[in-house]
Amino acid sequence: MTNSGLSRRSFLQIAGATGLGASLTGTIPSDLQRLLGGIHDDGRPADEVVPTVCEICFWKCGIRVHKRDGQAIKIEGNPEHPLSRGRLCPRGTGALGTLYDPDRLRVPLIREGERGQERFREASWEEALDRVAEGFKRVAEKYGPESIAMLYHGAGGSFFKTLLKGMGSANIAAPSYSQCRGPREVGFELTFGEGIGSPEPLDIANSKLLVLIGSHLGENMHNTQVQDFAEGLSKGMRLIVVDPRFSTAAGKAAHWLPIKPGTDIALLLGWINIIIQEEWYDHAFVARHTLGLEQLAAAVAQYTPEAVFVETGITPEQIRTTAREIALAAPHALIHPGRHVTWYGNDAQRSRAIAILNALLGNWGRRGGFYLTSKSELKGLATLPDFPEHAEPADRKDGEHLFAGSTLASGLREATLTGEPYPIKAWLVYGSNLPYVLPDPRKTYQAIQKLDFMVAIDILPAEICGWADVVLPECTYLERYDDLIVPWHREPFIALRQPVVEPLADSKPGWWMAKELAKRLGLERYFPWEEPREMIVTRLRSSGYSEEQIEGLFTKGTIKTEADPLYMLPDEDYEWGTPSGKIELYSQQLADYGFDPVPVYRRPAQPGEGEFRLLFGRAPVHTFGRTTNNARLLQQFPENEVWVNRRVAADMELRSGDRVMIRNQDGAETGPIKVKATERIRHDCVYMVHGFGHETKKLRRAHRNGGNDALLITKYEVDPLMGGTGMNVNFVTLEKVEV
Amino acid sequence: MTPKSDRRFGMAVDMVACVGCSACVIACRDENDVPEGHSRRWVMEVVRGRFPELTAEVWSDCCQHCDNPPCVTSCPTGASHVHKATGTTQVHKEMCTGCKACVASCPYGARYIHPKGYIDKCTLCVHRLERGDNTACEAVCPTSAIVVGDLDDPNSEISRVIRTRRFKQQKLDAGTKPRFFLLQ
Repeated sequence: MTNSGLSRRSFLQIAGATGLGASLTGTIPSDLQRLLGGIHDDGRPADEVVPTVCEICFWKCGIRVHKRDGQAIKIEGNPEHPLSRGRLCPRGTGALGTLYDPDRLRVPLIREGERGQERFREASWEEALDRVAEGFKRVAEKYGPESIAMLYHGAGGSFFKTLLKGMGSANIAAPSYSQCRGPREVGFELTFGEGIGSPEPLDIANSKLLVLIGSHLGENMHNTQVQDFAEGLSKGMRLIVVDPRFSTAAGKAAHWLPIKPGTDIALLLGWINIIIQEEWYDHAFVARHTLGLEQLAAAVAQYTPEAVFVETGITPEQIRTTAREIALAAPHALIHPGRHVTWYGNDAQRSRAIAILNALLGNWGRRGGFYLTSKSELKGLATLPDFPEHAEPADRKDGEHLFAGSTLASGLREATLTGEPYPIKAWLVYGSNLPYVLPDPRKTYQAIQKLDFMVAIDILPAEICGWADVVLPECTYLERYDDLIVPWHREPFIALRQPVVEPLADSKPGWWMAKELAKRLGLERYFPWEEPREMIVTRLRSSGYSEEQIEGLFTKGTIKTEADPLYMLPDEDYEWGTPSGKIELYSQQLADYGFDPVPVYRRPAQPGEGEFRLLFGRAPVHTFGRTTNNARLLQQFPENEVWVNRRVAADMELRSGDRVMIRNQDGAETGPIKVKATERIRHDCVYMVHGFGHETKKLRRAHRNGGNDALLITKYEVDPLMGGTGMNVNFVTLEKVEV
Repeated sequence: MTPKSDRRFGMAVDMVACVGCSACVIACRDENDVPEGHSRRWVMEVVRGRFPELTAEVWSDCCQHCDNPPCVTSCPTGASHVHKATGTTQVHKEMCTGCKACVASCPYGARYIHPKGYIDKCTLCVHRLERGDNTACEAVCPTSAIVVGDLDDPNSEISRVIRTRRFKQQKLDAGTKPRFFLLQ
């Protein structure tokens, strides 16, 4: 590798010369240099500009980071990168507040007090890594390697996944499946035979009509999708927003349908019914590609607009009007599949209803609908040996959650608690603050108490770290290499994460930790490279990329490859991945396993007198708990508020700015939190932005700042199809407090 | 009256596209080293009506770089001035005594007192305009809602959107002749 001429140093010099450095030279008049006192505008150019990939959220936009005097000074979108196209969301832009967060973990820590007391002593890497290796060895010897589980979030987890698999455990799970988008994947897999994936293949920029169901685009700032959303709106796309809350997107909608929470399936089946009854569906597409229209028609006939109105609060006239508009815009109409969809425990069936409606519109592989994705070729390392045989994951018992397509994080917690189907005795937690991610934090803490050993790897001292036996401080994504990023997308590409600045204090990259642990566990063979750069270049060369392309990856941040066609031809045959090879409007496999073959609406429990359903979501400036200690982002959104309908608030003598404690049906509470009395929400629910109100004092800005909805999610409904945890099932009361 | 400038740079914000995410505010902060607790731009969200009959407007706002800027005419020292090359309103910070006359005269609340004692505000990233770049806010905007350009150039993008789109302007009755347009 070192002989290849691909040293990082030379790449950075190239980046500096071809980037901002060249464009600035001698162009700023001296009076302007005096006039302005900014970072770039004092006449001193950045020393260099490094392209890399953001991970302030999971979207992974390409960024260009400006550096001066060894410090990162500004982050902008990388114009070369298909996910950012030179533009960037507020979180990615303000990520220097995380990079330079004074509360970051700086050195390895070994627990001294009880779990949860956050009492640690500082340790050397040598000692901390020895301790982790010993912890794993002991558990593996006593219970078998499958008793070691990994719970993670983020691209950096890949090296630790290799480690776990090398040890012989398949108990690797990300809450982003069972606590977030899993039901959506299953709903679409059952219908179309393929899931949605990330980034979502939605051709919103070319849609004539978009329906958002509880999805608050613009408050969730998934960069490319928000760009497409704005482009669609600018081109006259009609928008229908179904949300109990008047979201930012609702403010742009032709129709805002303030639905009663939990009744979305009724509305979807009502729309399907009208579209079938009125024969507005895409006859050619349905005939060619789908199975079960007649059974579907019979099953949804009961969902008349009048019947749906009673459940949803959406008037029959609104239901008819919107159904007609949706159908008229087809196939360039799209019912957005959502992303965070773990709401009520019937979420895979709701996602299936969304999938069915999209199928009737004939929008798969069509302009303005779902485009067809492609992926750049990338080979693995030829020298990587096979992993040992391993036990089936412990996340579910035989016959449970049959349609789960990924290991369930909540299932691994359950196995840890119960010892069934077999004991889980060690956790490796990477970048996921489990108490606020998995529903019912009490259960997470109880599970941890059952462990013989736990290691947390993180950049910040999140709550989960306080429960670990060893805490390993990782450097941020701006300070490390990760594995190559190769998503399915409309423009296939390979993107590189590479370090911009030196790691803070004694923090280390994940790849280095994983390799060091592998040495101690006798698993070096799974890391047949010295430096990640070497591994990256080897993979690219073996996949046939030219030296020029490889150099371009380091200097520009991406390798782009040719895309397959985005759209299907009208008479094109398509191999659907379902058992029948067709889009299944009626699902025989669901019927065979005793589930509803067509989604059925069942009325959810409603809050009692004085109670509200608790709903939560995102603010554009934050990525949940990951950024609520970031000073730069807190300037724009300093604390969360609880949204309460204005008239309801008036009846309770609450005004905006008052502070309340929020208590749920199980006596769990959070607060004080500020009230936002607003017309923008229904009377029967309250809403707050997730990620605030941290309990740990180690996150000094986030500590007790605002309210923490995670503490109130003590109840959840498990999706029988796939094990997702519906979390919008908690009812709360508000009590004013004087502060 | 203020002196004639070579060009007349202004800004349009597309309220159809803007989602009020604040990326522009943060990009501005890093580009221009805006001190903590202050801001050269801000996001406005105005919701009108009663549940469920609501309408909303959201936009990113800043100095309107007026044709008739009261901040310039009210400045006793000449620190507040019109930048000749771009027509943007600027502050010579070494000439500014921090008297706040301009702050009081600005109907848009666009100015703040820098901790170092002078008045600070949006420069329309004139240092970037000078080198042919767009502003930091325009560059970052994920919704492409911000358009900056020369209103005297009929071929500029801003001239095109002003010709073709419905727009409104803020506080026209103040007589400031703002060069800031909200596209509807």
